[in-house]
Amino acid sequence: MSVQTTDFAASEIRSPAAFFANRAFIYGALIFWAFICLFPIYWTITTSFKTAVDVTQGHLIPFVDFKPDWKGWRSLGLSPDSIFRTSTVRDEFIKRFMNSVITSVGASTLAIVIGSLAAYGLTRYRYKFAWFRNEDISFFFLSQLILPPVVLALPFLVLYREVGLLDTRVGLILLYTLMVLPIVIWIMRDQFNSIPVELEEAALVDGLSIWGAFLRIVMPIALPGMVAAFILAMVLCWNEYFFAALLTSTDAKTIPVMVASQTGSQGINWWSMAALATAAITPLAVIGIALERYLIMGMTAGAVK
Amino acid sequence: MTDLASTGSAGHRASCERARRVADRTLADQTLSTSEWPAGAVPSDLIPRSRKRLGWALMAAATLGLLAVIALQILYKSDVDTIGFETWRPVVYAYVLWGVALGIGQVLTRGEDGQRALFLLPALLFTIAMVIFPTLFGFYIALTDWNLSSFSGRQFNGLDNFWQMLNDAYYRNALFNMVLYVLAVFVEYVIAFGLALLLNAQIRARKFFRVVFLMPLMLSPVAVSWMIGKSLMEYRFGPAATLARHLGWENPAFFSNPITARISIMVLDAWTFIPFMMIMLLAGLQAMSREVLEAARVDGATAWQTFWQVTFPLMLPVSVTAVILRIIFKLKLADIIITVTSGGPGGATDSVSSFIYREYRDRSNVGYGTMLAMAYLIIIIVFVTWLLKFASRFVRNVN
Repeated sequence: MSVQTTDFAASEIRSPAAFFANRAFIYGALIFWAFICLFPIYWTITTSFKTAVDVTQGHLIPFVDFKPDWKGWRSLGLSPDSIFRTSTVRDEFIKRFMNSVITSVGASTLAIVIGSLAAYGLTRYRYKFAWFRNEDISFFFLSQLILPPVVLALPFLVLYREVGLLDTRVGLILLYTLMVLPIVIWIMRDQFNSIPVELEEAALVDGLSIWGAFLRIVMPIALPGMVAAFILAMVLCWNEYFFAALLTSTDAKTIPVMVASQTGSQGINWWSMAALATAAITPLAVIGIALERYLIMGMTAGAVK
Repeated sequence: MTDLASTGSAGHRASCERARRVADRTLADQTLSTSEWPAGAVPSDLIPRSRKRLGWALMAAATLGLLAVIALQILYKSDVDTIGFETWRPVVYAYVLWGVALGIGQVLTRGEDGQRALFLLPALLFTIAMVIFPTLFGFYIALTDWNLSSFSGRQFNGLDNFWQMLNDAYYRNALFNMVLYVLAVFVEYVIAFGLALLLNAQIRARKFFRVVFLMPLMLSPVAVSWMIGKSLMEYRFGPAATLARHLGWENPAFFSNPITARISIMVLDAWTFIPFMMIMLLAGLQAMSREVLEAARVDGATAWQTFWQVTFPLMLPVSVTAVILRIIFKLKLADIIITVTSGGPGGATDSVSSFIYREYRDRSNVGYGTMLAMAYLIIIIVFVTWLLKFASRFVRNVN
C-alpha cells in the first residue's frame, strides 16, 4: 500500500485559524477512535492484574489507582511465582493453545497449497468440465463464501461421528480449509493475474514443463500474495468458534471454545478471565502489529482495479 | 476434462488383467518419459496407445475400488454381511486414493492437458466432497425427526419439520433480527468511510493509527464478547455502565431490554468488523487519481462538494464490494450472540445461526435444526443473488 496521500481537505483551507481548526478536528477524531479501539484491550490487560476490590471499585490506572497483582495470572499458572510449579489449568491452556496453533496452521497450509494451484490453473488455462467453464468453476469456488457455517455444522456432526473424525484436529483442519479456501482462491487469482504470462512462455521455450514453470518461475513472484493469504487464513481459523464449539469436546478443543466455556460458568473470577482473554488475543495482536502490511494486502486483493 | 465422463466405459472395455500386464511392462519408461520430457512437448495424439490404456485402466480400477468399498460398507452397516469396517473412515481413504489415481490417469491419458487439469483437481475434489455431499445429506436429515438424545433413531417424516418451521415464532423473530443486523451494516459503512477519509488525510503517524484501527479485527469474537459484552458493559462495575450512569442513564442494563440488547450486539459486532470495510475503502481512496481531485480544486469546488461530486461516485464500486462482503459475513453472525446473550432476553437478540445452535445444544434436535438451516441457506442464496444483480445495476446506472 502506497503512502502517498490525496489531501484535499487541507488544501481547501485558506486562513490559518480554519487550518488549525481542521487539523484539530482530524487529530481529535483519530485519537477518539484510537481510544475506542484500544480501551477494551487496555481494560482487559489491566483487569488481569487486579484484585476483587479493584474490580468492584472500578479502578482504571495501574500503580496510581491500584497496586498490580499477579492474581489472575497465578490462577492460570502463568505468573512468575507459579510458572515452574505444576498447574492443571496451565496444562489445559497449553493443550488448547497447541490445538489452535495446529489447526489454524494446518488448515491455512492446506488451503494455500490447493487454493494456489486452483487459482493458477483458473487464471492461465481454459477448462471445460461437462458444461462448466472457467467462469463457472471460479463462481463455484467463490460461492462457498456465502455458505453459512450453520448449514454444514449439523450434517458434519453426523458425518464426522460416522467417519470417526469428531473431536479430532484433522476434522477441524478439513472444515477450516473449506472455510478459507474461497478467500485464498480470491486473493491468489488476483495475484496471478498481475504476473505477466510472458514469463512462463519464456520458461516453456527454455524447456521447463508446465509444473516446472509454475514452481520455479511463478511461485517465487507470487510469494508475497501467498504470505498475505496465509496470514488472513490463519486469523480466520484462529478466531473460529462455531464449528469448534459443535464438533469438539475434550481432545481437540481450541482456545475460543475454552474462553467461551469459562465465561459461561457463573463463579468465574474477573481477574483470571481477563488473564485468559489476554493470553488468547496476544498472538494475533502481535501478528496484527508485525505483519499488518500483509494483512492489508490480503484484504484489499481484488477490491481495487 | 471431457474425458472424465468417458473413462468409465472405456475402462470397462479393457479388462483389468490385461491392463495390469501392460502396466508392469511399461510403467518404468512411461513415468520416466513424463518427468524427463515436459508433457508440453507431447501433444495428446502422440501419446503412445499403451500409455493411454494404462491410464484408463488405472482410473477404472480406482473407481471400481472406491465403489466396492462403499458397497461393502453399506452392506456391512445394514447387517447384510459381516465383513466391513467399524467406521466409515476407510471410505474417506478410498476417496483420497481415487483422487490420486484420477490425477495420475489424467496425466497418462492426456499428457499436457492432464497436467493442466492437475492444477484444478485437488481443490475441486476437496470442495465437492466437503460441500456437495454434506449439503445433500443435510437435505435428507431435514426430512427426518432425528433427535440425537432419543434412542428410537431417525425416522423419515416428510415435510413435518417444514410445517413446524412455518409456525415457529422464534425462527421468524430470528429472521427479522437478521434483517435488522444487515441494515446495521450501512451505519458501519458510514463510520468506516469516515475513518478511511481520516487515515487518507495528511496526517502524522499514519502507520500507527492504521495498526491501531485494524486491531479489533484481529481479536477473536469470543474474547471480545467477554472483554466488552461481559465486563466493560457489566451492569454493576463495568466502565461503560459507569459512564452511562454519569451521562444520566439511570439503569444502564445493556442486555435486559430487547431494543438495547439488539443495539449492544450490533455495537459489539461493528467494533470488530468496521476495520474490515475501512481497509478496503482506504485502498480505494489511495488508488484514486490525484488529477481528478486537483481538477475539482482548480474549478473552485469546496471540500464538501468535492466529496459528493467526485470522491463518493468514484468510490462507489469499492464501496459496493465492501458492503456486499460485509453483509455476507454478517449473515453468519453467531459467536457474539452465543457467548454474550445466548439469544436472550427471550430470544430477542437471536440470529438464525445462534438459534439453530441452541436448538441443537439444548434439544439435540438435529432433524428440525437442519431444516431451519436449509431454509436459511435457500433464503440467503436468493437474497445474495438479488443483491449482486441489484448492485451491478446500481453501479452501472450511477456511473
